[in-house]
Amino acid sequence: MEALFGQLFAGLSLGSVLLLAALGLALTFGQMGVINMAHGEFMMAGAYTAFVVQGVIADAGIALVVSIPLGFGIGGLLGLLLELTLIHRMYNRPLDTLLVTWGVALILQQVARDVFGAPNVDVRSPSWLSGSVDLGVAEVPASRLFILVLSVVAVGGLALVLTKTPLGRRIRGVVQNRDLAETAGISTRGTDRLTFFIGSGLAGIAGVALTLLGSTGPTLGTNYIVDAFLVVVAGGIGQIKGTVIAAFGLGILQAAFEYSTTASIAKVAVFAVVVVFLQIRPQGIFSIRTRSLA
Amino acid sequence: MNGDYLELTDVRVTFDGFVAVDGVSMTVLQGDLRFLIGPNGAGKTTLVDAITGLVAASGSATFGATQLLNQKVHKIARLGVGRTFQTASVFEELTVLQNLDIAAGAGRGPLTLLRRRSSVPEEVEEALEIIGLGDLRDKQAGVLAHGQKQWLEIGMLLVQNARVLLLDEPVAGMSAHERDETGQLLRRIGAERTVVVVEHDMDFMRSFATSVTVLHAGRVLSEGTVAEVQADPRVQEVYLGRAATTGEVRS
Amino acid sequence: MTTLKDKTESAAPQARVRRKSELPTAIGFIALGLALLVLAPAVLSDFRLALLGRFVCYAIVAVGIGLAWGRGGMLTLGQGVFFGLGAYVMAMHLKLADAGADGVPDFMKLYGSGEVPGWWEPFRSPIVTVVAIVAVPALVAFGLGAAIFRRRVRGAYFAILSQALAAAFAILLVGQQATIGGTNGLNGFKSFFGFNLYDPVNKRMLFYIASATLLLMVLVVWQLYRSRYGELLIAVRDQEERVRFLGYDPANVKIVAYVVAAAMAGIAGALFVPIVGIISPASVGVVPSIAFLIGVAIGGRSTLFGPVVGAIAVAWAQTSLSESFPSFWTYFQGAMFVLVVAFLPRGFAGVGALFNRRKETA
Repeated sequence: MEALFGQLFAGLSLGSVLLLAALGLALTFGQMGVINMAHGEFMMAGAYTAFVVQGVIADAGIALVVSIPLGFGIGGLLGLLLELTLIHRMYNRPLDTLLVTWGVALILQQVARDVFGAPNVDVRSPSWLSGSVDLGVAEVPASRLFILVLSVVAVGGLALVLTKTPLGRRIRGVVQNRDLAETAGISTRGTDRLTFFIGSGLAGIAGVALTLLGSTGPTLGTNYIVDAFLVVVAGGIGQIKGTVIAAFGLGILQAAFEYSTTASIAKVAVFAVVVVFLQIRPQGIFSIRTRSLA
Repeated sequence: MNGDYLELTDVRVTFDGFVAVDGVSMTVLQGDLRFLIGPNGAGKTTLVDAITGLVAASGSATFGATQLLNQKVHKIARLGVGRTFQTASVFEELTVLQNLDIAAGAGRGPLTLLRRRSSVPEEVEEALEIIGLGDLRDKQAGVLAHGQKQWLEIGMLLVQNARVLLLDEPVAGMSAHERDETGQLLRRIGAERTVVVVEHDMDFMRSFATSVTVLHAGRVLSEGTVAEVQADPRVQEVYLGRAATTGEVRS
Repeated sequence: MTTLKDKTESAAPQARVRRKSELPTAIGFIALGLALLVLAPAVLSDFRLALLGRFVCYAIVAVGIGLAWGRGGMLTLGQGVFFGLGAYVMAMHLKLADAGADGVPDFMKLYGSGEVPGWWEPFRSPIVTVVAIVAVPALVAFGLGAAIFRRRVRGAYFAILSQALAAAFAILLVGQQATIGGTNGLNGFKSFFGFNLYDPVNKRMLFYIASATLLLMVLVVWQLYRSRYGELLIAVRDQEERVRFLGYDPANVKIVAYVVAAAMAGIAGALFVPIVGIISPASVGVVPSIAFLIGVAIGGRSTLFGPVVGAIAVAWAQTSLSESFPSFWTYFQGAMFVLVVAFLPRGFAGVGALFNRRKETA
């Protein structure tokens, strides 16, 4: 029982990291159709934000609390800058945004290397996150539990913004029918920028969270970007719900595979599962508008 | 093979509980130029989608002895059912000739495909004449005028050897002159084929339809000649009474 | 404004096929052939020639990417997988050949059980190896293509899946230290089908083989581009659904281009191994897979020679810049991606075409 719970928690924990990484993508890719390969580098920026904040604020706990909103802001601003300079002229060329943002990712990685040096840096965990927490069934690492809670809060917050605020209604309006939203007086450009800001900001938060699990380096983003996109694809577009299910589903699956085989085989198995899954349920992955095929 | 006709029996299409096409039955004979009209959301395009395999449907749609419903799109096309779209969709980077050649070639074997075109197929040459784009054969389709693209699409149906032609608003956005040309074209090619035209343009319908089916809320409301349909009070009520003008109401 | 003519007007049948002149392409091909087979060996040192041989391998991958992506619209971010499959097949054969009949490759004695795994055995045969170099990547691409394209997964989804494949493949290789060399990969080859790899004459021979292969691949793709299939591929790229309504299954059209591109990458990988002397997961993962694309994008993704020239030029720039200015090179590479794709989607070939069109209208 305890072993099973431990496995389940390992899966949920992995899933929560995937979710944090993928949540912003679900917004920028799922809702706007932009394939932002620099999303991982926005995570990296969030992680380095935590590192810098800790240089200023000695107390690790306060630093973490400050870093989360600050990471959101930094990630968001980077995203906004990207949208303003490049992406807004490429909404009709989604595949090309992939390559352009890959170029941006390369540049951001090199910036990190030049500013912070190539070796990884470490962010200290606050003392209240360094131990483990007894959940009755099993003891789990506090930092992992914190990330799990953080991911749930992030999803809840995003869902709240999307469904309850005027901004959210605008975002959904623009996604569903850009022309109609425009006629209804919604600034689609403004909404695009805001959506991108929020999506990229979520990457920043993910980056801050990752500093609790390991050290931070210039290639932190590349380690997560592929998995994050896989989560969004498996979850289906336009649905935060799908992303959440896919993140935890793949997380648990991977943990289970890792338990029974090796980490590398588990990775391959998860990929195979996604491909097979798309055979059964490609819905939401293609959409055909019959009146005009263009 | 001649004398085959398109027969729909109780065709139904449902999207997540919403009934878009609610038991449509109709028969379109060869040589008939059937117009399918109806207010927005009547299910006209959805019906065409069902016949061409784009959406799943229940009931039956046969051409000759062949069941069309719920087959794969490209299989239905090979059975001789062709369609156009509200927005002309031709291959813009290819020339007019290449567009037609591709349309003519669904049955080609790998060896033919892997070689260059050595001569223009006869049916392509013929279609170029019929649609009047012979002089523009080497032009990229993307530079054609809107009307010419629609004609090219019709030409593609001809070389595709489609025996059932389903045209979705072929004259939308055309000038009066182009409409007339298109109507004449449909009459010429319709003699040996089964043609169904989804249309909102009432003037165009009056000029060229040999028969009309009116759809309303997914059902057949009325069917007959132009005069019969126009005289039908139910039609006047739901449709002609309100939208008898020639506007291009897009559904 | 054209009008519709009656059929009576139809003049004498004009079954003419106007073709674009193929002379420029032929001249380009000959120029490429002369540059690679005559000029380069004459002026380059052995060291530089081996370097160029490596770039030629990249160019072979690029030709395939041009076909799949430029003409077919399939943004394949996983060509490293096929490159790696071809490379590892070749490397396994070379390791086995070096070890002698029934011998065990050196690294297996070091890390493994000291026994050759069963699935290595077939690659003792040179014939099996040569066949597998083409067949293994082609079969993997066929299986994946059939699964993905038939379910109409395309565009960004295809790109992401192909990238995930590259990631999974690299991770799989890293995890197999005992059987496939893990992170170190396979290296230290002594001979190539009986020829001593330390002999400079044989190294030059490898360059000629790679260059001739590249020229052959260009010919293959040229024939595909000028054939009816080439036109059909463009049609599928631009209006996949429309093609379906004409009675074709677009999945088949795409699978052909994808499989050909995969086979080319496999062949390139196989040639890469003896020329460079090592294959490791670092050459097949996500990053190298995307790096294959940049030359194609810069040269002109839908042209015949653009990918070749672009791939060689980028690889050359990387080698000469990254050693002395590693930081600058990364910025440069990133900037190239951004500028070319965002502002010059047709690559530098697009600039040439623009120039030609101006001349024509003038």
